[in-house]
Amino acid sequence: MSQPSATEERLEHLKHYFIDSDQQFEASKMGMWVFLVTEILFFGGLFLAYIVYRAWYPELYLLASEELHTFWGAVNTVVLIGSSLTVAMAIRSAQLNQIKGLIINLWITIGLACVFMVIKYFEYAEKFGKGILPGGYYTYEGIEHEQANIFFSIYYMMTGLHGIHVLVGIGLMLWLVYKAKKKVFHSGYYTPVEITGLYWHLVDIIWIFLFPLLYLID
Amino acid sequence: MATNEENSNTKKLQVRRFKPEENPEKHYLNEEKGIWAWMTTVDHKKIGLLYLGSITFFFFVGGVLALLLRTELLTPAQSFIDADTYNQVFTLHGAIMIFFFLIPSVPAVLGNFVLPLQLGAKDVAFPRLNLASYYIYVIGAAFTLFAIFTGGVDTGWTFYTPYSATTSGNVMAMTFGVFILGFSSILTGLNFIVTIHKMRAPGITWNKLPLNLWGLYATSLIQILATPVLAITLLLLTMERLLQIGIFDPALGGDPVLYQHFFWFYSHPAVYIMIVPGFGIISEVISTFSRKVIFGYWAIALSSLAIAFIGFLVWGHHMFTAGQSSLANMVFSFLTFLVGIPTGIKIFNWLATMYRGSIDMKTPMLYAQVFLFLFTIGGFTGIMLGALSVDIHLHDTYYVVAHFHYVMMGGMVMAFLAGLHYWWPKMFGKMYSEFWAKISCAILFVGFNMTFLPQFVMGAQGMPRRYFNYIDQFQSFHQFSTIGAYVMGVAFVIMAIYLVHSLLKGKRASSNPWGSRALEWQISSPPSLHNFHHVPVIVNGPYDYHKPMSEFQLGIAASHNGHHAEEAVSVSQSEKEQA
Repeated sequence: MSQPSATEERLEHLKHYFIDSDQQFEASKMGMWVFLVTEILFFGGLFLAYIVYRAWYPELYLLASEELHTFWGAVNTVVLIGSSLTVAMAIRSAQLNQIKGLIINLWITIGLACVFMVIKYFEYAEKFGKGILPGGYYTYEGIEHEQANIFFSIYYMMTGLHGIHVLVGIGLMLWLVYKAKKKVFHSGYYTPVEITGLYWHLVDIIWIFLFPLLYLID
Repeated sequence: MATNEENSNTKKLQVRRFKPEENPEKHYLNEEKGIWAWMTTVDHKKIGLLYLGSITFFFFVGGVLALLLRTELLTPAQSFIDADTYNQVFTLHGAIMIFFFLIPSVPAVLGNFVLPLQLGAKDVAFPRLNLASYYIYVIGAAFTLFAIFTGGVDTGWTFYTPYSATTSGNVMAMTFGVFILGFSSILTGLNFIVTIHKMRAPGITWNKLPLNLWGLYATSLIQILATPVLAITLLLLTMERLLQIGIFDPALGGDPVLYQHFFWFYSHPAVYIMIVPGFGIISEVISTFSRKVIFGYWAIALSSLAIAFIGFLVWGHHMFTAGQSSLANMVFSFLTFLVGIPTGIKIFNWLATMYRGSIDMKTPMLYAQVFLFLFTIGGFTGIMLGALSVDIHLHDTYYVVAHFHYVMMGGMVMAFLAGLHYWWPKMFGKMYSEFWAKISCAILFVGFNMTFLPQFVMGAQGMPRRYFNYIDQFQSFHQFSTIGAYVMGVAFVIMAIYLVHSLLKGKRASSNPWGSRALEWQISSPPSLHNFHHVPVIVNGPYDYHKPMSEFQLGIAASHNGHHAEEAVSVSQSEKEQA
C-alpha cells in the first residue's frame, strides 16, 4: 500500500465519507475482522454443544463417527486448504495489478469450493439413504446407542451451517469475478478481494476444526 | 496511499475557527425530498430517525400491552382477559420491549445520530450496512408481528425449553424474528467499533473521546460478542421444534439447563447492551448541565468496559434455582457482586461532577437526576438478588420484576429520554416546551415509583411473577401499582403532545442551546447532510468547560485531507481569527 504508482490516481472507489483510500481500506478490513469474531462465537455455540454431549456420551461419539468416511473428509480438507491457497494467490494477483491472474485464481477457488460441496452432497445422500436423518427423523439402527440421533443432529448442524458458509463464499467470489471483469480492481483498490479472502480463510479454519472433531475420533 | 513525503510527521496544520451557521436553510431533513429518498438513505442521521420512528411504535405497542396486564391485575380473579391470553400478553410485552425497543433504543437511534457527529466524521464506516441493519430490524419485526397474529407466543420472553419446544403457538416465527433482529444488532455494533477506531477527526485521541462514545464502544463490544451466541441458541431452538434434534428437549435426551446457559450467556450481557449506552448519555448530560469537567474521565470510560467484561461472567445468576452445582452458584454470586463496583464508580463520579458545578436543571438534566435515583435503587436490589440465600426466596417473584423495571425503565428509559431531550434540538432544529417537559418528567417519576415500589413489597411477601391470579392479600398493592401505570401512561401522552407540537410549531433551536463543548454542538442545528463542511480539529477534551468556545470550533483552514493527527496544531491562528 505504501508504494505510490500510477493506478493510485484512480479514486472512483473512494467513498466521500472517507478521507483517503488508506482509511477506507483499513476500515473495511477491520469490519471484516470484527465480523469474523462474531462468526467464531456463532460456531462457538455449536462447539460447546458438541463438547457437552461428548462429555456425557463419549462412547456414542466413538461409535457414531465410524459412520463418517474419513477418506472423503480428508479429501475435502485438502480441497479447502488448497482453495485457501488460491484465494491468497488471487489477492496477490490483485496487489500486482494482474487482473487476469486474479480472475483465474478466483475461478480455481470457486471450482474447489464446488468440489467440496459435491463431496459433501454425496456424503449427505449416502447417510440419508441409510436413514441417518437429523433429529426426530432418524431411523438408522446400525448404532447401538439410544442417543445416536443427537450426534448426527450436531453433525448436521455443524456441517450444514459450514456448508451454507461455503455457498455464501462461492456467491461472493462469483461477484468478485464479475467485478474484476469490469476492471474495478487494481493494485490501488482490491478491498473486496482482500476481505472475501479473510472470510474464506475462516470458512477453511472452521472446517479444519470440524474434520478431526467429527471424523477422526474413532 | 495518500501518505507522501511532504506529509511527514513534522508538518504543521493551519487551523481556523468555523462558526456554525444558525438556522440553516438547507439541512439533512430537507436536502433530499420524498419518501423514497428517506427509505433508501444511507445518511446515519436519517437512519437514526427511521429507527426512532420504529422503536416509538414498538414502545407504544409494548406499553399498551403493559397497561392491559396491569388492568387485568386490578382484581384477584379474572376480569377481562383469560389466562392463556394473559400469558401471551406478558410474553409479548417482554419480547417487544426488550428486543424491539430497549436493545436498539440508544445505540441505533441516538448512537446512529450522534456517533459520527461526535467523531467529526461524515458518516459511519459502512453506511449501506447501516441501512441494511434497519431493514433487517424491520424484517425481524415483521416476523414477530406475524407470530402474534398466527397463534401468539406464551413462553415468556426467555423461550425456555422444554416448554417452548412443545407449546402450541407460533414460537418458531417469533424466535426466527429475534434471530434476524440479532443481525441488525451485530451490524450496528460492528459499524460503531470500526467507525470509532478508524474515523476519528484529527486530535480526537482515545482520551478525548466523549464518554458517550466510550459507552457505545463498550455496548458494541457486547453486541458483537454476545449476539451470535443468541443467534445459534435460537437457531437450535428452531431446529428443536422443526426436526426434534434433541439438544435442549429432555424427552429426546437433551438438556434444558444447557438452553438456559446458552440463553443467559447472551441475555445477561444483553441487559448491559441496554444499560451501558445509557451511562454514556448520562455522562454527557451531567457534564453539560453542570458546566464542569467530568470528574474521573478514565474511571467512567474504563468502568463501561469493565461492566461489559464482567457482564460475560455472571450469566449463571439467573439459574440459581435451576439445578446448578452449588460451587457454580457461589462463583456466579460472587462475580455478580463485582458488577456493583464499576457501577458504583460511575455513580460517584457523576455526583462528584455535579458537586460545585453550575447546575442548570433543564429537562435532560432532570431526567439524569431521575436516572440516578431510580437506577441506584435498581442496582442495589440487584445485589440483593445476586445474594444466594436471598435469591432463593425472591426468585421468580415480583421483586425480580420490580428490580428489572427499576434498572431497565428507571435506568435505561430515563437515560434514553434524557438523551432524546438533550439531542432533540440537534435532531430537528426545534425546541420543545421546557415547562411541559418538566411536568411530564415529574409525573413519570411519580407514576413509575407508584407502579414498581409496591412490587418490591409484594415480591418480598411471595407474590410470584407471571401469575394471572393472586390471593386477596396482594390486592391493594396491585391496585396501587396499576394506578401508577396509568399515571405513567398520562406522562407519555403529555410527552407525545409537546414533542409533536415542538416538531410542528416549536421555537427554532440555536446551534448550541445548552452551551455544550462537545463536537456535535459545534455545527448547525439541524446539521447539513454531510455533517461537516470542514475537517474539524480537536485540541481540548470534550468537557473542558473552563476553555473558551472558540477553541472547540476549529477546523483545518486549507483544504487538506486532514488525515494525520499527530502534528502540532497552531491554535494561535484561531485566536487571531477571534480577535
